[in-house]
Amino acid sequence: MGDIEDAEVILVVGSNTTENHPVFGMKVRKLARMKGTNLIIIDPRRIDLVDDAVLHLPLKAGTDIALFNAMLNVIIREELYDKKFVEENTEGFEELLKVVEKYTPELAEEITGVPKDDIISAARMYAKAERASIIYCMGVTQHAKGTDNVKSLSNLALVCGHIGKPGTGVNPLRGQNNVQGACDMGGLPVFYPGYQRVDVEEVKRKFEKLWNAKLSAEPGLTVVEMGHAAIEGKVKALYIMGENPVLTDPDLHHMEEALRKLDLLVVQDIFFTETCDFAHVVLPACAFSEKEGTFTNTERRVQRVRRALKPKGGTKDDWKIIAELSERLGYPMPYRDAEEIFEEIRKVTPQYAGITYRRIDRVGIQWPCPTEDHPGTPILHVGKIARGKGLLVPVEYRPPVEQPDREYPFVLVTGRNYYHYHTGTMTRKCKVLNYGAPEPILEIHPIDAHIIGVSDEDMVKVVGRRGSIELKAKLSERVKRGEVFSTFHFHEARVNVLTGSQELDPVAKIPELKVTAVRIEKVGKGE
Amino acid sequence: MITVTIDGREIQTEPGKTILEVARANGIYIPTLCFLEDLLPIGACRLCIVEVDGYDQPQPSCVQVVTDGMNIRTTTEKLLEMRRDILKLLLLDHPLDCPICDKAAECKLQDLVYELGYDRAIAEGSVGVPMLHKPPVKWSTIGINYFPSRCVACQRCVHVCLERVGCGVLEAGKEDGTPRIFPAHPEKCIACGECLSVCPVGALTEAVSPLKARPWEKTKTKTVCPYCGVGCVIELNVASGQVIKVTTDEAVPPNYGTLCVKGRFGFEFINSDKRLTKPLIRQGGSFREVSWDEALNYVAKKLKEIKEKHGASAIAGLCSARCTNEDNYVFQKFMRAVIGTNNVDHCARL
Repeated sequence: MGDIEDAEVILVVGSNTTENHPVFGMKVRKLARMKGTNLIIIDPRRIDLVDDAVLHLPLKAGTDIALFNAMLNVIIREELYDKKFVEENTEGFEELLKVVEKYTPELAEEITGVPKDDIISAARMYAKAERASIIYCMGVTQHAKGTDNVKSLSNLALVCGHIGKPGTGVNPLRGQNNVQGACDMGGLPVFYPGYQRVDVEEVKRKFEKLWNAKLSAEPGLTVVEMGHAAIEGKVKALYIMGENPVLTDPDLHHMEEALRKLDLLVVQDIFFTETCDFAHVVLPACAFSEKEGTFTNTERRVQRVRRALKPKGGTKDDWKIIAELSERLGYPMPYRDAEEIFEEIRKVTPQYAGITYRRIDRVGIQWPCPTEDHPGTPILHVGKIARGKGLLVPVEYRPPVEQPDREYPFVLVTGRNYYHYHTGTMTRKCKVLNYGAPEPILEIHPIDAHIIGVSDEDMVKVVGRRGSIELKAKLSERVKRGEVFSTFHFHEARVNVLTGSQELDPVAKIPELKVTAVRIEKVGKGE
Repeated sequence: MITVTIDGREIQTEPGKTILEVARANGIYIPTLCFLEDLLPIGACRLCIVEVDGYDQPQPSCVQVVTDGMNIRTTTEKLLEMRRDILKLLLLDHPLDCPICDKAAECKLQDLVYELGYDRAIAEGSVGVPMLHKPPVKWSTIGINYFPSRCVACQRCVHVCLERVGCGVLEAGKEDGTPRIFPAHPEKCIACGECLSVCPVGALTEAVSPLKARPWEKTKTKTVCPYCGVGCVIELNVASGQVIKVTTDEAVPPNYGTLCVKGRFGFEFINSDKRLTKPLIRQGGSFREVSWDEALNYVAKKLKEIKEKHGASAIAGLCSARCTNEDNYVFQKFMRAVIGTNNVDHCARL
């Protein structure tokens, strides 16, 4: 995140940075104001960063690929791309050319609703910059074709050679404090720690030896697939550590049905969450302030978490609960403390091999860090692309699965707000945060509101194909006409009752969370 | 490179730097009150004045840029006298309510007065206002109190809000002829508390924890913020077994001393009485508190049964983007090595 300072142009795509990653957002805003860095915002909503941007492309939700392809079209047609870099460091340029050829700015304007001149300006500005960085977040990935969106963005960076140098790159902002670490540690159905595939025989054998256990080579189920499998009766037991799927997962009624069908649901958490209502056993865990360990942030920086307080009441460390359970199942895990676990992590995870508690005592280290004398790696792909040559993968635009129609004329976009975090389990117990955002709201454009007879603060019912919720309307020009926005922090208006889970991204298995067709009905007058 | 002389010491330096920057880089101390390293010089307090050959008047070292051959003195009797006068003026209008002020022992004004001496000021009777004569006000967030009478109008908060945060909520102005701070655009406030973190005195204080403690009564534990993926370094200030405040460390990445509203004020959940403290087992429509042994034995028995009857793939687990690496590692190892399935995931996608 530090090297963003070197960028001349920052392309912010599907990231409401100032609200969701506030401290990084402050930095981006400061660069725009004090240093004159050009910001280009690609987002359906008029987010706060737009005030400091030179260009805002308010595309229709879910039309990202048409826009990125049109930018590529302009960059290639006007020969603004980095020919030398493309020749030496990429493959697949010809194929890419064939696909993006047809995405003229005119066609993109038709699909995305963004004026073609703005698309052309954005493309030129990004390509001509000496150093340009792309920042993206869930607005890019939380679609049924999120993987394609990311590929399309990396095409942009690759043809312009904006990669592997300070102030460049395609940089995801991870939403939760340790989502990077949970992935690194193998909290994924196809990977052991360090992204080593479970279905590679050699890898499997290595871990069987390290862990002294027989392992399965069959990739597991993702969270959404677990839900489907539970309903079909194929999954009978679910153990949940520190998650609250009853608020975060799409198509909640479906998820609730799945949880109800289980023979055993164990929930291990710090609060009695909405998911606990469905549990057979609830286990009380320590909060972060009572733990020793490490978190890995969005820039892959492994940092120390330290115990400031004694465990509250009868709570225990998450790992300790698992270890005690493991012993009862005949597999003792006699770890003395978190550091001993970290030492084992280093042994099996090549990216973490050179990191020790002592080395990160004061400042965290960014992986990959293969040896104890390695300083860590702030920028990936320096000098050459990790896989040898950067593969340009052409992607075609497909419209979002959920299309608005006569019955459901609005598109609902979901996200977070500045004051709350995820399901509000922690933030809604803090008074300053509740004061900042006390209740769920639906942002709706004033003209749309006028047409359907809704005034500011009126209670409205949002009806989708899978369910409905009620909440207060807030008239706001942050959203475009035809689109409405709400957050998923509030149990009293569970937005994910509306979102769908049938169509998943084929690779990342991410559901279409950002585009849902709904209609709005007024239910009551505001006070 | 150019050469300047500070207090008789010849120093080689790059052009374009301020006197204060050069002095600090060479270990020469000049007192400051309003200066903040990552901002443009504010130039409000005048405590950093130095004598420069060729100038009749002392110059503020935070603003004045060095030139080749410049001869600078940082500590002369005249300068000390002027600095004391500046403090005297501040004290004239500043309540000496230190015993009840949150900032006592961490107060920049207190430190400076102590450092530069105040005997004469007291002897002359010019240390005036013995108590707080105005109650605190709250502007746009309930997390911050503003005590106008304690304000020394250094304008750190104004500039931090404008430059570091980018909101421009605060403005400097006057109330009954006395310089004060005003919320010119309260609607733009994002309650991040950066203003609070840079206030050198007890004018802006935190209004969250009812429990307060002096620096020597509390411990600071450096850890990582539990919210978004930026992973800001935070310090949990603990007294009487409770987190009473969150501060941070200006010297370390990724946040270099900056926090947002969640990082700074989002700590009350830790001590919430709604925290789970005992294992629970469902009994009909409600839950029964049980011992750890009973809970874990029950889970182990059920898992064994299900695995025997339906196979390992009938068991699935969700680990967490909010737990530590160590927790997650042990969890996935448990699912894979003990249960025997790769059905392990978390909500990275959601």
